Amino acid sequence: MAELVSITIDGHGVDMAQGSTILEACRFLDIDTPTLCQLDNLTPVNVCRACVVELEGSRVLVPACSRQVEPGMQIQTDTPRVRHSRRLVLELLASSVDMTLTSGQVQGWMQRYQAAPTRFGKVATVAKPVKVDNELYVRDYSRCILCYKCVEACGADAQNTFAIGVAGRGFDAHISTEFEVGLPDSACVYCGNCIGVCPTGALMFKSEYDMRAAGTWDESRQAVTETVCPYCGVGCMLELRVQDNSIVRVTSPLDHSVTSGHLCVKGRFGFEFVQKRGPRG
Amino acid sequence: MAAVDSILGAPEPDDHRVVHGGRAARNQRHQLLPVLHAIQDRRGWVSRGALEYACRRLSIPPAEAYGVVSFYARFASEPHGEVAVHVCDDIVCGLAGVTVPDGARRVPCLGLCDHAPATLTERFGMVYEAVQTSHAAARYPGSRLLRRIDVVDPDSIDSYREHGGFAALKNAREMGPAAVIRAVTESGLLGRGGAAFPTGRKWQSVADQPVRPHYIVCNADESEPGTFKDRVLLEGDPFAVVEGMAIAAYATGSEKGFVYVRDEYPLARARMARAIAQARDKGFLDFDVEVRRGAGAYICGEETALFNSIEGKRGEPRNKPPFPVQAGLFGKPTLPNNVETLVNVLDILNGEFADSRLFCVSGQVLRPGVYEVAMGTPLRALIELAGGVPPGRMLQAVLLGGAAGSFLTPAQIDVPLSFDGVRAIGATLGSGAVMVFDDTADMRQVLLRIARFFRDESCGQCVPCRVGTRRQEEILDRMLGTNGDSRADVMLLSDIAQAMRDASICGLGQTAANAIASGLTQLRVLNG
Repeated sequence: MAELVSITIDGHGVDMAQGSTILEACRFLDIDTPTLCQLDNLTPVNVCRACVVELEGSRVLVPACSRQVEPGMQIQTDTPRVRHSRRLVLELLASSVDMTLTSGQVQGWMQRYQAAPTRFGKVATVAKPVKVDNELYVRDYSRCILCYKCVEACGADAQNTFAIGVAGRGFDAHISTEFEVGLPDSACVYCGNCIGVCPTGALMFKSEYDMRAAGTWDESRQAVTETVCPYCGVGCMLELRVQDNSIVRVTSPLDHSVTSGHLCVKGRFGFEFVQKRGPRG
Repeated sequence: MAAVDSILGAPEPDDHRVVHGGRAARNQRHQLLPVLHAIQDRRGWVSRGALEYACRRLSIPPAEAYGVVSFYARFASEPHGEVAVHVCDDIVCGLAGVTVPDGARRVPCLGLCDHAPATLTERFGMVYEAVQTSHAAARYPGSRLLRRIDVVDPDSIDSYREHGGFAALKNAREMGPAAVIRAVTESGLLGRGGAAFPTGRKWQSVADQPVRPHYIVCNADESEPGTFKDRVLLEGDPFAVVEGMAIAAYATGSEKGFVYVRDEYPLARARMARAIAQARDKGFLDFDVEVRRGAGAYICGEETALFNSIEGKRGEPRNKPPFPVQAGLFGKPTLPNNVETLVNVLDILNGEFADSRLFCVSGQVLRPGVYEVAMGTPLRALIELAGGVPPGRMLQAVLLGGAAGSFLTPAQIDVPLSFDGVRAIGATLGSGAVMVFDDTADMRQVLLRIARFFRDESCGQCVPCRVGTRRQEEILDRMLGTNGDSRADVMLLSDIAQAMRDASICGLGQTAANAIASGLTQLRVLNG
């Protein structure tokens, strides 16, 4: 068994296995901690800084998602400094990015930290036209918070395709293929694992995008059917989201032992045969 | 292709029975920046075809390499003429009333503030040429650190040896590594790059690491606006920097060294490369050391961003811990030291060390330049050394510590220039930049330039800095204009400043609001 490390968070002592992160300790103690760039199946990049906490003896706040526990750490997660930075991170992001399609959890954090993105006045955003260059998925970088998750999923954390990277710098930094070429000209293999990890709806199934544009997307009419991918023998678990008897999106659970949430092009997009019947119906 | 091959050697002959790439190619990833420079130097830009060839040779995904190209200001991904003129219109050159001609690019501080306004002209082609604004070496009589400037021939190791060169290295080898580190520790030398970390302690930490190899990195990416002391040392006394590195490598058991010189210093880079070659020929170096060229990114002065840059990646800082002494360049124990720090080491081992440091005085003074004064000297005396403000003018403000520093008023200039002295009034010595403004200076423009600088130079990785520096510039711009509710905007700026200070990954974001915050309280720039 791994050695245990004793730390204190908000006055509660907790023993964590060596190598655990402060975030894991917070979750163990049921302390709700906002995270935007963290995902259990990806290497922490700690760039969003929403999870920062106050560590005694540290000049600056530290990111809970990547900082490992050390013996005797004294941590505070709800001080004015922590609340201020979390609020500002959410406000700064929402003032520059369209975050309307983020999860209810993110909306909850916005409320909890009283984020008021409009208080900066008329300021620049990252808005740009939606990229629709293939039949399978669209990229709307007006919604991109630059969490690096898609880059990680495309790269060494899952797919090892490396079709996209972070380009540019500063406020102009953005996710891009080489020389901004369209996806069909890039190394993309359409596994859709970037869509699977995107927290803001910047990457979206074309089917979902079209239905949202037509006003027919309605999650209250959708059911989820769990099944196993029929293509090869790996045994990936699929979650088919179905609306009006049509498959509109395919995902896999993050905690599934076979997929860790990741699929390939067949499992992710190869479902049309279910719906298209031949002449004999 | 020829440009790429000039760095990587000729490619293996095509043989489809053999797999190319793989680990051998990936291990050369760190050659990406040298390769991109070779392409850029020859063509003036990095075309898609050239980048893809480089990627094939190095086994790097093109999307990732494009991310690197587009990160660094010096690399162009659009076709370009054969000449590029870069004109500095940063804080000091802005004061000198610079105009950017058509076709020229305005760039942040070129480190020639003592010769403002500064330019850098590049001529691309088979023979690449980069020419800085002419800046003859000055003599610095009475100075300890600058005593060899314009006295020794910077291209001749014999000249350096005639002036006592390599005596300190000889002493070090007689003393043994442990005694060298002890001497550096006991001298009380603090790092001169800006963070003022005890040098001896850093050396000890690297020496103690069991993991091999150890690396030593000389940080010559001096990019803090208003700072040019390292340039003077690199250009005028390059062998001293090499000797300092050799001592540091000996004391810490480092097998390999890098000198990371900012791209805006072509003369310094050439002289360092020659000095290293000569020192190696004469048998003074028992470790491998090479010069690496920056590519136009202030952030690469941050040590972990600098490591990423040497490794051929975007210059994005890493989270600490782990610290460089534990896991730095290529994940190995690394000793990053500033140029001036390393030159000080020679005097420690020769018994000539004194507690003085270099300051770069620029702006509206009669004799801008590098001055060495004892720690604790009043700022007023330093400004007087530089001739003071021009006759008939009054001092308005001093920006101490560069763009990440803070503004002082005329009433504060009797402050002693020591770490504790300036800390008492909430300022910092930083990298030793002292920018002087007289009563003719438009301080609103100065503040806006500082805000623009940080917005330009933020790497874009973390939210507080990426969006915060942008918002800071926008709010300051509307606040210093005629409209806008100043009081509400001052609150907004202070909110952003606190989040950047508390939650940014690295020192750039953490200090990006310092000068502006101090400017707004110390200077009369607000309406009403």
